[in-house]
Amino acid sequence: MSTTPGDEPQEQISREIAQMHAAAADRGVPARHALRDFAPYRSSTFRHPTHALVRTDPEEIERVAPAFGHVDVDPYESDLTIQHSGDPLGERIIVAGRVLDGEGRPVRNQLIEVWQANASGRYVHKRDQHPAPLDRNFTGVGRAITGDDGSYRFVTIKPGPYPWRNHRNAWRPAHIHFSLFGNAFTERLVTQMYFPGDPLFALDPIYQAIPDQAARDRLIGAYDHSLTEPERATGYRWDIVLTGATATWMEHEHGDH
Amino acid sequence: MATTDKNGVLTGQEHLTAPERLALEEELTGTPPLVQTPSQTIGPFYGFALPFDGGAQLVPGTMPGAVRLHGTVYDGQGVPVPDALLELWQPDEQGRIVQEPGSRARQRGRFTGFGRAAVEVDGSYEFVTLLPGALGEGEARFAALAVFGRGLSHHLFTRAYFVAAGEQVALDALLTGLPEDRRSTLLARQDGPDSYRFDIRLQGEGETVFLDFPASS
Ligand SMILES: [Fe+3]
Repeated sequence: MSTTPGDEPQEQISREIAQMHAAAADRGVPARHALRDFAPYRSSTFRHPTHALVRTDPEEIERVAPAFGHVDVDPYESDLTIQHSGDPLGERIIVAGRVLDGEGRPVRNQLIEVWQANASGRYVHKRDQHPAPLDRNFTGVGRAITGDDGSYRFVTIKPGPYPWRNHRNAWRPAHIHFSLFGNAFTERLVTQMYFPGDPLFALDPIYQAIPDQAARDRLIGAYDHSLTEPERATGYRWDIVLTGATATWMEHEHGDH
Repeated sequence: MATTDKNGVLTGQEHLTAPERLALEEELTGTPPLVQTPSQTIGPFYGFALPFDGGAQLVPGTMPGAVRLHGTVYDGQGVPVPDALLELWQPDEQGRIVQEPGSRARQRGRFTGFGRAAVEVDGSYEFVTLLPGALGEGEARFAALAVFGRGLSHHLFTRAYFVAAGEQVALDALLTGLPEDRRSTLLARQDGPDSYRFDIRLQGEGETVFLDFPASS
């Protein structure tokens, strides 16, 4: 059966996801990272290395991180709802949590950057062709510096799901992109936070590129009523752990092909 | 009663010291307490969020000692990648690592060692920076790089070792362990006065050596 790339049905993508997960489970070690070689995510096909990553000890420069501080970010940048003259449309939310290293120590005074679609699922970006309305009062970009306890807090709008061209009827679950710096350059992380109970989780090859269910679950923010503010916004808590890039053993075993 | 959230982070026990917290977390969860949050692709729509004014200029181009580090990012079919993002992190010419805030603010052109460049639609990028100094006597001089892109579920680390025309690269622990043909993918070769070229091939022939570091602790 041949199908035009980009036009495969969801059933085929879902079957490929199940096959990749079964192969990962057969290895017996939880695959806690997103696999770079994950065929159901079509854009990965020619963009993942086929050689094993070369394991090396970080040099001094890689054992520290670039330094950021309040000189780099204005306090208002953590509120994505006040960047224009009016209120953005959609459900106002608070997203807060802590950034920790592998030993539970706070990652303090570090830069967090976020970006997201608006409530209709549309990005402010010339290549976003989704025919959903832009919101003149929402750009969807925020920044913050973590506190002494590693904490961060953003006020924003709950993003909508959006279609993409991976396969026929492909839709991304609602998400906020996060970019984080840890205490070392090796701890650099770019990831996405999702919202609980999204019906698109099982269908999405980007989210499903992480074979281990428990690891995937770590990307879902939790509704937290103690963060919710009366008459204003609902709250989601999401903690992030930065220990560095590792556990790429799956790719080592692939070898050259 | 102490509890942990789903990330294994202890809640409501802020009075404990860090080792006490770790011990309690381990006891409660039966596993090492904190597990890495997984990565996800940067996607195609980071344009208003990550690039910043002067991000690719670590120093003004007119500054004495300024060099250009440039190249193109290619995919496994040899096609330029139009939407990759690169980050560069390096010591100054004397091998000193700057640890003062301002890596994004670019105040008065002060060098912090951090740079960020979104590639152009033809896959090309260009940093203006200083030659990284050796971190120790006789050590190799390199800039650390992180490569992000749509289709890349987890970013890639590599290093650009600066090699002036007619010069031999100093072999460090990493380069020594690599076969000649793979080693050459890490060399930023001088291609003009104050200019070094470093192409990045994500896959296939001439695939760049990408690095895996042990988890920090
Ligand atoms: Fe997105």
